[in-house]
Amino acid sequence: MKPLKLLFLTCCMLYAASLEAATIRVKNGQSIQKAITQAAVGDTLIIEKGTYAENEITIRKPLTLIGESYPIIDGREKGNVFLVASENVHIRGLKIINTGMSNMDDSAGIKFFDSKNCTVEDNILEETFFGLHFSNSSSLTIKNNRLSSHAEREYQTGNGIHLWKCRDSFIEGNTVSGHRDGIYLEFVTNTVSTGNMIEANKRYGLHFMFSHDNSYIQNTFRKNGAGVAVMYTRNVLMKENIFEESEGASSYGILLKDITDSEVVGNIFRNNTIGIYMEGCSRSTFKSNSFTQNGWAIKLMASCDQNKFEENNFMANTFDISTNGNVVLNTLQHNYWDKYEGYDLDKNRTGDVPYRPISLFSVIVEKIPAAVILWRSFLVTLLDRMEKVLPSITPENMIDNSPKMRPYDIRTANT
Amino acid sequence: MFKLLKYALYDIVKSRFALLYTLFMVLVAISIYQVSEDMSKVSLSLLNIMLMIVPLISAIFATTHFFNNLEFTELMLAQPVKRRDVFLSQVLAVMFVLSLAIVIGFGVPMILWGADSSVLILLGIGIGLSVVFAGLAFLASVLTRDKAKAIGISLSFWIYFSLVYDGFVLYLIYSLVDYPLEKPTLALVFLNPVDLGRIIMLMQLDISALMGYTGAFFQDFFGSAKGILLSSAVMFIWMILPVSAAMRVFKRKDF
Repeated sequence: MKPLKLLFLTCCMLYAASLEAATIRVKNGQSIQKAITQAAVGDTLIIEKGTYAENEITIRKPLTLIGESYPIIDGREKGNVFLVASENVHIRGLKIINTGMSNMDDSAGIKFFDSKNCTVEDNILEETFFGLHFSNSSSLTIKNNRLSSHAEREYQTGNGIHLWKCRDSFIEGNTVSGHRDGIYLEFVTNTVSTGNMIEANKRYGLHFMFSHDNSYIQNTFRKNGAGVAVMYTRNVLMKENIFEESEGASSYGILLKDITDSEVVGNIFRNNTIGIYMEGCSRSTFKSNSFTQNGWAIKLMASCDQNKFEENNFMANTFDISTNGNVVLNTLQHNYWDKYEGYDLDKNRTGDVPYRPISLFSVIVEKIPAAVILWRSFLVTLLDRMEKVLPSITPENMIDNSPKMRPYDIRTANT
Repeated sequence: MFKLLKYALYDIVKSRFALLYTLFMVLVAISIYQVSEDMSKVSLSLLNIMLMIVPLISAIFATTHFFNNLEFTELMLAQPVKRRDVFLSQVLAVMFVLSLAIVIGFGVPMILWGADSSVLILLGIGIGLSVVFAGLAFLASVLTRDKAKAIGISLSFWIYFSLVYDGFVLYLIYSLVDYPLEKPTLALVFLNPVDLGRIIMLMQLDISALMGYTGAFFQDFFGSAKGILLSSAVMFIWMILPVSAAMRVFKRKDF
């Protein structure tokens, strides 16, 4: 029985292998759609160098598409370029350009519906409305793609990598620029994003909502219109990312709204108008992050509770922390503050007097933004000093009882 | 004119004040450079010196210099030289020495430990404020005959511009919070040389926070070279205005 079963299995595998082995070459001038229609399940299509003017190329069976030195698939500004609804579709090495520009059907470079175990790797997408668009799919690998768009305004472009109702996926090493949102996730769970470079998108670098249990590691978000905004999500891990140069009135390194039970660890926030803006967040930990040269390192709204800020570096920020109320239900401990003026008599590297990160003037600026023009004037310095000696307006509980004397050494791999 | 300037300069150098002031600047700069290694921190610490100490010393020194040299000035006025030349030689000598003290005082540590654009701009602001406050001090001096009174007026100029004025602006912003205040506040800031210097430095150090202000006007102003250009131009006007006012009074003054 046993050898028979083995033989049967071997036969099966051989049969499967013979099926997969079929390789079809698509030459310049031929139709990709035709080749796909003719191909059998599991075939590999090698698309040779050239320009293919096609759109709405539909894939409904497991296939592998490989481009040889980036063949150009030109959508001629009509609808989607690829539509996929199948398992095991792998697309690699294509250059997809000029999709339609429509919010009616969300025109995309490659659009996946109800798919599973698919890979999109090493593709170049230029002037696409949406870049890679996935809905109701799972086990996706989105790797090393380069997406760029040159729209002038936000409404003229869609999201770079857009996932809706997906799970168990990897988004790795992609470069997205000039789209509306760099990476957009909605109802996405168990997904890991690592090493992506998200730059100069019109709205948010990373935008997710209702996307639980995801992690974001070593990504760089730079100069996106309004930074990064994430909402209504629990159990998020953000580790060793860089958030930088989000400058503007409503621009945030990262905006956290209703984020709970999450961890923000080892990130670098640089040159943002607001490093972290938090509203309605609870039970989250912010550890070993570095905040340098931000306008406000953290804006912690009074609606946040039970968050912990530990072992972070605050250096050369205009304001370290500001808040909008007197209630503080969060804890700060063991942080390094470069504005700390205390002493350390027992030499345990922890300051002997507590540090209050909220200055009187930051409270004033919170109420009257125009007052920022008086920052660093003698009057303001005097007011801040007086408040430090006799705190009356600043919230009493916003206090770090164990400020560190020396900064932590915080760096990430993607610097 | 040049001869007068030469003698005026010679006179100041002889008084040893210039030397002490330069030495003070060098010491301050060295200690700041020793304490903090980060350039933005250096310029931050220097900023307070430039905005507070430099105007104060400039104002007091210029006033005392004017009255110490009053006899010489009167003697010169009896000679066939233009009043303008007599006055300008004194003013320029004082401004030159004050600026030189800053350039040497901060320049030497900068050559030793390096500098970036923000520190260099700060140096420019220091020189600008010295000139402005020397001018104001001369204005105070020609307005009165009494040395103590003149020093009093110079000091009140200093207190007004570095403290009272900001309090007034803050009060105004506070009480008119419901109105669009971008243009008025910016205009108010331009009416004060100390604030102006501070704003130019803010654009170097705290641009992230300034960009956070919602007013489109602020965005436009701070987001471009226009801001720096405009504020430098206004600073220049501030440097000239008090001196020309003082000269006008001096020309008609009956000694």
